[in-house]
Amino acid sequence: MTRFIAPLFLVVFALVPLGLKDPYLLNALIITGILTICAMSLNLLLGFTGQLSLGHVAFFGIGAYVSALTALGFDVSLPFGLRITHEGGAPLVGFVLAVALTGLCGYLIGRLSFRVRGAYFVIVTISFAEVVRLVALNWVELTQGPLALTAIPNMVLPVPGLGDVALRSKMQNYYLVLAVAAVSYLVIARLVASRFGRAMRGLKENESLALSLGINATRTLTVAATLSAAMAGAAGSLYAHYIRIIDPDVFLFSYTVTMVIMVVSGGKGTLAGPLVGGILFGLLPVALRPVMAPEAQWIVYGAILIAILFLMPRGIVPALESLALRLRPAPEAKSAAKPAEAGANP
Amino acid sequence: MDQLLQHILNALVLGGTYALLGIGLTLIFGIMNVVNFTHGALYTFGGYAMYLAAVALGLNFFVALPVAVVAGLLLGAFIEFTLLRPLRRSDIDTTMLVMIGAGIIMQSGTLWIFGGVAKAVPTPFPAQPLVIGPVSLSYVNLFVLGSAIALIAITYFTINGTRLGRAMRATFQDHDTAALMGVNVSLIYTATFAIGSALAAAAGALLGPVYVVTPQMGELAAVKAFAIVILGGLGSISGATIGGFILAFAEELGAGYISSGYRDAMGFLIIIAVLLVKPTGLFARAERIG
Repeated sequence: MTRFIAPLFLVVFALVPLGLKDPYLLNALIITGILTICAMSLNLLLGFTGQLSLGHVAFFGIGAYVSALTALGFDVSLPFGLRITHEGGAPLVGFVLAVALTGLCGYLIGRLSFRVRGAYFVIVTISFAEVVRLVALNWVELTQGPLALTAIPNMVLPVPGLGDVALRSKMQNYYLVLAVAAVSYLVIARLVASRFGRAMRGLKENESLALSLGINATRTLTVAATLSAAMAGAAGSLYAHYIRIIDPDVFLFSYTVTMVIMVVSGGKGTLAGPLVGGILFGLLPVALRPVMAPEAQWIVYGAILIAILFLMPRGIVPALESLALRLRPAPEAKSAAKPAEAGANP
Repeated sequence: MDQLLQHILNALVLGGTYALLGIGLTLIFGIMNVVNFTHGALYTFGGYAMYLAAVALGLNFFVALPVAVVAGLLLGAFIEFTLLRPLRRSDIDTTMLVMIGAGIIMQSGTLWIFGGVAKAVPTPFPAQPLVIGPVSLSYVNLFVLGSAIALIAITYFTINGTRLGRAMRATFQDHDTAALMGVNVSLIYTATFAIGSALAAAAGALLGPVYVVTPQMGELAAVKAFAIVILGGLGSISGATIGGFILAFAEELGAGYISSGYRDAMGFLIIIAVLLVKPTGLFARAERIG
């Protein structure tokens, strides 16, 4: 049942731009897609390994800065008379570097902070994000600080037969985000279904038992953190080349909160959860914009977060699943119930 | 040397309010096992309560301060009663997320009601600083330090010298046994959260007149409170007191001698460093980590 949600979303969202010409809505969908990728990556940690990382925005922001700086070039002097000059290069190289470097950051943070669990882990991740934000704000020579990195080039993709194509239009960026989201989803889905995914869930359910079965906790969690960070970094790179201006505000805690709300509302630890939550909360600002001010919207998000935790602690997707189970009296009615339930989900 | 003395004096003033913030957070974590993400919002609330009482209602400064603290106490009791009590049996992540939601509501609500423009709270103290030899100290800072020390002392007395405090300590050690001994654990939880909130509000109400009151003032305060609590060990009150002063000294000396831009990074660097070296905090008494 829920395995139909992702392909359904893919088809629906691949068709959307054909009928949708409103640039504002298309923009909202692109941002939603980018945040949904972040939510999926956060779900890998929060949902499947049960580690509440509240510094996820750090990887998003580092990805954005790495990718933008690779494309724009920079010239910084370091202590001891060292000097690094970079001319600026292809945005695609920036994307690859962003993924690689955020993956490395995720690996290091994972190695270091999985030594501490629970509340401590949460606070380490928040601190990491804040330190990175302060570096972005203060290392003006590299990041321009609060003046922001501007005129970041659009993503350029080599297309067979056409040469290098710069993705200038919203439509092109939309399909790029959709493609990256689909790949991220597939990677997570394969991972979770593998032996490795079972190890992750084992650790989440009962760590002592998992350890006694020979599961290497630190290694499993570190791999999850690395992958999760790399995906958030990819999302950051997409964001930088789409928006074309980034400042230290990409590290704000409110982005992390948005991702957490998406994962928790959709259903942590489910594949479809972050998709449902991501699209819901990505598009909610569009629906609320005519009715209320941004700060009032945040009040609504906070209230929804609390309401979901009280009413559907496991999230929307698991709640719908159990509802579908109750509505389905006998196994032979299975095929009849499927389309109706899948249609009710978005 | 004179500069160093001045930094030390500034750090003492700052450390008093940091200790207030840290004690509130560590009490709530130690006794209730709740990571209170509304702590920063409660600090902001204290600042705005002070502003409302002193400016909008026109109360005397020395009357407005206790009013703001009591308002924080009541708000804390309300949050505990409505949000935390129904989630008593939930895991720590759930309460953490609910507290994040409540924190967002409070912060955005403040922004919505008061707007983003900073508010100043007038003080009755002379603007001229008190000059003692090479160092100077404003009267309002002196008052802040004195009040912070007084509040810390009251908290210590409440925890160590009253029936309520004994019940709180019993609940901290083992809430089931405490309940069997006739302690009303629910009431202790409400009291703990209310006291912790009152201390955060007091820190905001004291620092609001020193700086200005803004809806975002609680964000950094919250993370600093986390740093202090980790430094001192989650759940340790004397640890939080010492941690508050250590953080203040690190910030003040770091800003003075290393780089003022990274002043606020000190707290986070301390968190990361402490957790890597001694994850239980420097002064942890009991291991009670969820």
